[in-house]
Amino acid sequence: MNGVVVARGLQEALSDLSERPDATVLAGGTDLMVEMNRGLRRPRRVVAVSQVPELRQWSVANDRVVVGGGVTYTEMMTTPLAQAAPALAQAARTVGSPPIRNAGTLGGNLGTASPAGDTLPVLAALNAQIVVAGPDGERRMELEEFVVGVKQTSLQPGELIVRAEMDRPRGPQEFLKIGPRNAMVISMAGLALVVDRDARAVRCALGAVAAGIPRAREAEAWVAERIDWDNGAGVDGAVADEFGPRVAAACAPIDDHRSTAAYRRHAVAVLATRALKRAFPQGGADDA
Amino acid sequence: MPDPYWLRVNGADHEVADADLAESLLFVLRERLGLTGTKNACTEGECSSCAVLVDGVLTCSCLVLAAGAVGAEITTVEGLGDSRDGLSVVQEAFVDEGAVQCGFCTPGLIVAVHDLLETDPDPSDGDIREALSGNLCRCTGYGRILAAVHSAAATKRSQP
Ligand SMILES: Cc1cc2nc3c(=O)[nH]c(=O)nc-3n(C[C@H](O)[C@H](O)[C@H](O)COP(=O)(O)OP(=O)(O)OC[C@H]3O[C@@H](n4cnc5c(N)ncnc54)[C@H](O)[C@@H]3O)c2cc1C
Repeated sequence: MNGVVVARGLQEALSDLSERPDATVLAGGTDLMVEMNRGLRRPRRVVAVSQVPELRQWSVANDRVVVGGGVTYTEMMTTPLAQAAPALAQAARTVGSPPIRNAGTLGGNLGTASPAGDTLPVLAALNAQIVVAGPDGERRMELEEFVVGVKQTSLQPGELIVRAEMDRPRGPQEFLKIGPRNAMVISMAGLALVVDRDARAVRCALGAVAAGIPRAREAEAWVAERIDWDNGAGVDGAVADEFGPRVAAACAPIDDHRSTAAYRRHAVAVLATRALKRAFPQGGADDA
Repeated sequence: MPDPYWLRVNGADHEVADADLAESLLFVLRERLGLTGTKNACTEGECSSCAVLVDGVLTCSCLVLAAGAVGAEITTVEGLGDSRDGLSVVQEAFVDEGAVQCGFCTPGLIVAVHDLLETDPDPSDGDIREALSGNLCRCTGYGRILAAVHSAAATKRSQP
């Protein structure tokens, strides 16, 4: 490797990148350094962005949450972001261990674009827009346009993931994942469920069960019609049970070293039913 | 060869010369600066035996690019001891409670426990398990480690 630049501002990082089109962006290093230590990636140059203040910003408004690409999992769990985007905080809480959460960032999860990236279903369920910046300014896109395949993004050389802008709907949110133990586990299946009381909508997205991050749109529409929005009575148990397999229909899982397709499909159905029941606990509305 | 760079470790500046820029902080600490307290096991963030504090933040040094840590205040296990009698309260407690067997995971645990007690003077069992969930120990079964953390916390609370 013949150069490491520690960028101290967004403009500096962008001009470093445009001067060195062969450079690799380094954030928390929890994906990239693993690959470098194993010799799987040998960057010629590195632009380190963890000291770029613009990427570390986040903000919470009435109907909107903005999270900078350099915001860490620990920050998602311990700042007011945790109340404004509870599913994001729940997902962050399941990542690795404290030192991994101190270093790993939202931008790195997006940059790696693994189907098992735990923030990705949350971003999909919160209708996130991914904002990237390059030499020609900013562009924004839906998560579906950003993650274009397994570990593949539409990020162009010279571009940085600056932030994700997501909805802040009124209603409960859940993130659930399955793995062999509680800590230090990569998802075998993950699910984010977000209720938007004003839009009378339920949004549900899945991780680790397809090449991308599918939204279970048919199941979302089906369940929204069966929720008692006006009286706050919530969801019938039988509806919640049927919601599970309907959500599972949206996944396209494979067998791999972590799990089997059949188990993943089963797990997604269980998670979907569980998430819906938590969002609408028996006996009435939860105005969380 | 790339230009030398400087790292600030345990309050002292160290020159790192003739190093490959792709080296991790773990590698540089051990192989270039001779600070072998930080242990090298998995090099993929799974075991925390290489835990250090970077600007006060608990981090796996195997996942830090050393040349990217220029300007940061790095604290290793060697920097945590009490300057008067050598061992910190946490280290004493690990010895007294028998929380050390083969000792390989111990430096990472010591750093993580220092970090925990910095923010939480009286952690519950659950808090301790959570804080140390990234630290793998293959000898002790963790029971003695838990006891050592409680004992260190109690000692620290009793100190003025
Ligand atoms: C022990 C361990 C456990 C883990 N557990 C989990 C887990 O439970 N769930 C999970 O989802 N992940 C997990 N991970 C993976 C990893 O922690 C996450 O994917 C994390 O979000 C990566 O962020 P980072 O800042 O460390 O990225 P880096 O490793 O620095 O970068 C990752 C990729 O993104 C690119 N990149 C980073 N930031 C930007 C940016 N702003 N603009 C453009 N490109 C960028 C980099 O070039 C690189 O290709 C784990 C990793 C380890 C080592």
